[in-house]
Amino acid sequence: MTDKIISAKNVELKFGKGSEEVVALKDISLEVGAGEFVSFIGPSGCGKTTFLRTVAALEKPTSGQILVNGVSPDEARTNRAYGYVFQSAGLYPWRNISKNVSLPLEIMNYSREEISKRVSESLNLVELNGFEKKFPWQLSGGMQQRASIARALSFDADLLLMDEPFGALDEIVRDHLNEQLLDLWQKTGKTICFVTHSIPEAVFLSTKIVVMSPRPGRIVDVIESPFPSSRSLEIRDSKEFISISQRVREGLRSGYDYNENKG
Amino acid sequence: MTTMRIRAKKFLKTIAEKILPILTILFLLTIVWYFFTIYLNSAMQIDKYDKQGISWNISKLVLDTMSQERPKLPAPHQIAEEIWKTTVEKKITSKRSLIYHSSITLSSTIVGFILGTVLGVVLAVSIVENRAMESSLMPWIIASQTIPILAIAPMIIVVLNSLGFSGLLPKALISTYLSFFPIVVGMVKGLRSPDIILVDLMKTYNSSKVDIFFKLRLPASVPFLFTSMKVAIAISLVGAIVGELPTGAVAGLGARLLTGSYYGQTIQIWSALIMASILAATLVFSIQAIGYLVSKKMGYTNEEA
Repeated sequence: MTDKIISAKNVELKFGKGSEEVVALKDISLEVGAGEFVSFIGPSGCGKTTFLRTVAALEKPTSGQILVNGVSPDEARTNRAYGYVFQSAGLYPWRNISKNVSLPLEIMNYSREEISKRVSESLNLVELNGFEKKFPWQLSGGMQQRASIARALSFDADLLLMDEPFGALDEIVRDHLNEQLLDLWQKTGKTICFVTHSIPEAVFLSTKIVVMSPRPGRIVDVIESPFPSSRSLEIRDSKEFISISQRVREGLRSGYDYNENKG
Repeated sequence: MTTMRIRAKKFLKTIAEKILPILTILFLLTIVWYFFTIYLNSAMQIDKYDKQGISWNISKLVLDTMSQERPKLPAPHQIAEEIWKTTVEKKITSKRSLIYHSSITLSSTIVGFILGTVLGVVLAVSIVENRAMESSLMPWIIASQTIPILAIAPMIIVVLNSLGFSGLLPKALISTYLSFFPIVVGMVKGLRSPDIILVDLMKTYNSSKVDIFFKLRLPASVPFLFTSMKVAIAISLVGAIVGELPTGAVAGLGARLLTGSYYGQTIQIWSALIMASILAATLVFSIQAIGYLVSKKMGYTNEEA
């Protein structure tokens, strides 16, 4: 039980009231173990981001229970249990890269020596050393996103929540960052929850793929990946890769059938 | 050698791009001005000729319209001459020195502007951090600006005078009254400018409201603050001048305007007006320069540099 980083039981979340009511999450039950790399995939409105925000205590479930590290999300946040990476890098334009990475550490009252040590370690992990004094506008989109990952890693939380971090980047940069992220995950042994709407990205990165569907947001399939944790971009041409991709696609399609039958 | 040449080239380019357009407009305005000087002043000049039985022709008329003692519209060179006489040729301590009068107005402008900025920032912070403050204060802040300043200025002066305050403070308070408004509006916008995800990000660090304010909202509002400070300082100057009008003040640009209008000294009025606008331009550009340096130091992008 203790190695369950996230455990969700019958989580339901509704926005609005009456005729305006939207069911963002319905009956979500899921467990994420330590060291797993879990992708959440689905069309927009399927609640994948909402689920991540619920784990981060940025949203409160209407009913059901969710535990992070065995405690409530609020308490987990107080314990600084996770780092969060948003779709846009969200770097502060008035802080240089090293100051951006040190932001959470300043808020958490780390000592000055500890801050400089951790900043250089985190920048090392995302291969951004040498860019400490640059300001965000002097960096490319991919580098900005790497800086924001470094910022999420800086206080060494065991869980990394990533909400479409590479969604705004072109495919070449994305491939490169995917490899880097895998590498980083293996080196650090962190648990990663990764929201995406790219099938290849989900299949390439994950040990577990959660396929979701909209209206109401729910889980339609959970796929365990057969690939070893150490993998290269070539696996994308393998038979298994293609068959998993197919299964994901079917899962996504079944969500639509469900809606059509209903409506 | 080459760097010298590049620098010289850059300098010429700056002149061509920035100074030349301004000078062109100045040149056109001067021509239009001279035209109106001749046009507006000629009727009185002809009247004078007729009364004194002086024979005249067009060229005499044109020259005479530009050298009247109390013209309807003084010629630019008359104003320039007056400004020269009252700034360079007069001692600064003299009651007739325009620099003396400008410094009086300037000091209450600056005091009023500083008070207005502090008041504006304090109000903006309380509005952003507290919903009740927004709904209770904002309507009053807006209403305060609908009262014509010319109507309320004498009242402020009279009330403060009877409380024993005179001189700089009442004038400065009128400047404050005008200048806090753009600061409030700009700062509220600036403090609310951070993207929602930046606020969420701060929440994921479990940061306090104080942290969110000092590490996110306040630095994000700096460019907004300087934009509103440019408006506020110009409007502070207007406030200071208006504050000098109803009191029968003996010193200040407002007093110069008032005595000028008592005695029909149009040249004096115009030179005080020109001085006021030079002062305003200097103040606004100073704020702009400080704002530029601050945002550059903070690392904000500047494509022009």
